[in-house]
Amino acid sequence: MSDLLKGQLVRLSFANTDEVVQAWTKWDADTEFKRLLDDEPPRLLSPAQLRKSIDEETRNDKDFLFAVRLLDGEAQIGFTALWVNWSQRDAFVAIGIGERDYWGKGYGTDAMRLTLRYAFDELDLHRVTLTVWGVNERAIRSYEKAGFRREGVQRETMQREGRRVDTVVMGVLRDEFKILSAESGI
Amino acid sequence: MFDRQLFIGDKVRLAAPDADKDVEIESKWTLDLDYLRAINVRPAYPLNLRLMKKHYEEQQKEAEKRNLFWWTVRLRSDDRLIGWIKFEHLNWPHGTATLEMAIGAPADRNQGYGGDVMKLALRYAFNEINLHRVGVYVPGYNAGALRFFARFGFVEEVRRREALLLHGQRYDDVWLGLLRHEWRSLLQGKDRTEDVSSLPLGEGWDEGNV
Repeated sequence: MSDLLKGQLVRLSFANTDEVVQAWTKWDADTEFKRLLDDEPPRLLSPAQLRKSIDEETRNDKDFLFAVRLLDGEAQIGFTALWVNWSQRDAFVAIGIGERDYWGKGYGTDAMRLTLRYAFDELDLHRVTLTVWGVNERAIRSYEKAGFRREGVQRETMQREGRRVDTVVMGVLRDEFKILSAESGI
Repeated sequence: MFDRQLFIGDKVRLAAPDADKDVEIESKWTLDLDYLRAINVRPAYPLNLRLMKKHYEEQQKEAEKRNLFWWTVRLRSDDRLIGWIKFEHLNWPHGTATLEMAIGAPADRNQGYGGDVMKLALRYAFNEINLHRVGVYVPGYNAGALRFFARFGFVEEVRRREALLLHGQRYDDVWLGLLRHEWRSLLQGKDRTEDVSSLPLGEGWDEGNV
């Protein structure tokens, strides 16, 4: 079996908190990135605040935080995260590629595939869910490539510059991912 | 000009939760599997007095931070506690929240109380704290709840396929949403208003439960 955490462009790894704090401090200051990531008003969290939230998110057996790194070297270009509901074998996934040089080139799709492989092959989950802003077409295309299907639209969830923006909800079942993986040889 | 009584419905009123009086009754409700299944998909877990008290304290803290609006439901006739309702995940910058409610004892379901509660809760959400949308999560097996929320204008927006696992069977997790303008147009036209206010909780609420 090939390395579960190694893809074609990137690999997933665990990161120490200091390293994550450093990276996120930089990415959080990029409000285009931050506004695509979530709906919280950017507020430039201090390293201490970031450290606290990262520690809370990773010190348990249901939240998984990965650093996305290039195949060679230790450079961290982004993160993925899984929040698992064990009794239902269901998880939500999030991804962010903070380094803009790696946008739109397949790095995010590769990282998402690896995270799904971890969710289905290692954690044996039944399905994985994500939410994405309806206006983020680039991300939606990437998620579809990774195996996600649209499961609906939460209407007008976010207020942005005088308009309401929808949330697209996508899901992938274990069987769907397996078939896709077999076909693409990943 | 303004609605003057936001917390008083036809048959019920919304009241501040009172741990001293309410904890014992609500603790008993959690022994009813139908009750637990209807309100959420967490593993059924009865809360004894101590745990229910802790639950009240935690909710109170969230309420103080304005992350949660939470009331008990009492009958106007004899002030008896029959249920609760809450708005969670209050997202102020974007004007959204999710709603959860329950009528505790089986004998109190299908009496029209739930409809009375919804009328008050939605008016509070859209007219008092000026939300733009209210969301609800309903387990796909709870057909009664799906019908109930549809009557108040909630639109089925998302079906997370096979997200729930119960008794070895997979069910969808259904997400519904109601926007302020939809609620307003539902209220316009007096007939419609009366329809809404007199809605039964749904023959009901527990019919679709496993």
